[in-house]
Amino acid sequence: MPRYKSEIILNQKGMIRAIIRIAHEILERNNGAETLAIVGIFTRGATLAKRIAEKINQIEGVNIPVGFLDINLYRDDVHSKLDQPIIQRTEILFDIVDRNIILVDDVLFTGRTIRSALDALIDFGRPRSIQLAVLVDRGHRELPIRPDYVGKNIPTSKDDKVQVQLEEIDKEDVVIFEKYGLRKEPAKKHGRKKNKTGRGGAK
Amino acid sequence: MKLKSRHLLGLEGLAAEEITLILDTAESFREIIERPIKKVPTLRGVTILNLFYEPSTRTRISFELAEKRLSADTISFSKSMSSVKKGESLKDTVRNIEALKINMIVIRHSSSGAPYLLTRCTDSNIINAGDGRHEHPTQALLDLFTIRRKYKKLKGLRVVLVGDVKHSRVVRSNIWGLKAMGASVALCAPSTLLPYEVDKFGVDVYTNVEEAIDGADVVNIMRIQLERQQAGLFPSQREYTNLFGITKERLKLLNKNFTIMHPGPMNRGIEITSEVADGKSSVILEQVTNGQAIRMAVLYLLSGKKEETE
Repeated sequence: MPRYKSEIILNQKGMIRAIIRIAHEILERNNGAETLAIVGIFTRGATLAKRIAEKINQIEGVNIPVGFLDINLYRDDVHSKLDQPIIQRTEILFDIVDRNIILVDDVLFTGRTIRSALDALIDFGRPRSIQLAVLVDRGHRELPIRPDYVGKNIPTSKDDKVQVQLEEIDKEDVVIFEKYGLRKEPAKKHGRKKNKTGRGGAK
Repeated sequence: MKLKSRHLLGLEGLAAEEITLILDTAESFREIIERPIKKVPTLRGVTILNLFYEPSTRTRISFELAEKRLSADTISFSKSMSSVKKGESLKDTVRNIEALKINMIVIRHSSSGAPYLLTRCTDSNIINAGDGRHEHPTQALLDLFTIRRKYKKLKGLRVVLVGDVKHSRVVRSNIWGLKAMGASVALCAPSTLLPYEVDKFGVDVYTNVEEAIDGADVVNIMRIQLERQQAGLFPSQREYTNLFGITKERLKLLNKNFTIMHPGPMNRGIEITSEVADGKSSVILEQVTNGQAIRMAVLYLLSGKKEETE
């Protein structure tokens, strides 16, 4: 059994507040919703994108286009895996040219997912800007990427895990932080490096 | 879910979940070929050899485009332009080309089992693009995909395969695929164009086309393979057309919302009339477009399987 301590760092209320704040920040920075479109990265980023769009609709009364992006075809580690990740259907049914795109993901970690997402998005055209919104920023970037809107910053060490669970997928709105690398065991046993690439909710 | 093998030699023995995985993945790739930029960087650095020992238009172009749209590097080989003319064997040819460091091989060959032979003498992932009378798995997968896109299911549909069953690898792959997915399958051909021991397929067999297509949802029409045929399997093309050709009149026997398919190339006026081929229930061109998505899906799914032993 891996030895870790787990802790809830964002409950449902906290998550709702964070999303409302992000929605306001997005509107403030972009002077309203006219030029906006939201693109969520599968799986949980897509759900969060829908929620942010809903909030913006409640605040401004504008329905902004929402798209979903699967970045697996743009990964930089496709060849190092034995089995290919399952591809979900990318759905961007609006023209992204000249729009301000809000890219949404659940956890920002190494930045590699976002790098893939930028490449994928730009294959659809030339947006005016791409801004990044994440629910959790846990640090440890491996690429020069930074978020524009953050729900919560969590200081972590590389071996820790951050799990975002959303009601639509996991039946519960919660962010759980699992602290690994506690002293009693030698470090090797719980070096769960797989999570670095972070598919799904655990990053 | 994942594919069990690192090669795609045929649909025989493939589980329903594996076929579903390929079809679902193809659904995602189908979206990519509608984009303005129809290319993703997934197979960068992967080199694919297209080894075509038999003529082909659709399959070959479809594979080449699928490879390019996944950003793979491709080399195409055709028998007539190579040292095969000087007598080099398949095994030697492939091992020499593989020495140039390739990762995957797409092969079409007139001998059944040629793709299997390659799995024994090379390290590449092998994809069968049609071997003799054995199988043509990507064609059957695109047929299944096309049917599933229209009816949103495969289970319970009645699919009739009409035409040259004996020489057709498309029929064999379709039988395995459709059966695995729970469709009801029937074959229809003159008895001279049915293979020996046809009953072992475990599907309904007819020699009367009206009985066969009565109440069917999908009719998949196989080409009369004039080039594969020694004279004498049926008296004349006109007689074949009269007895087995799919004509507008015969369509009345089908279920409402029926579908006409043909893997191509068509002999218009022989196994299918132009009226039927170009009618609104024909999905023949849709099949070609879908073929691309299927081939991208297969290349993608297999390319991840390298070191694994079977």
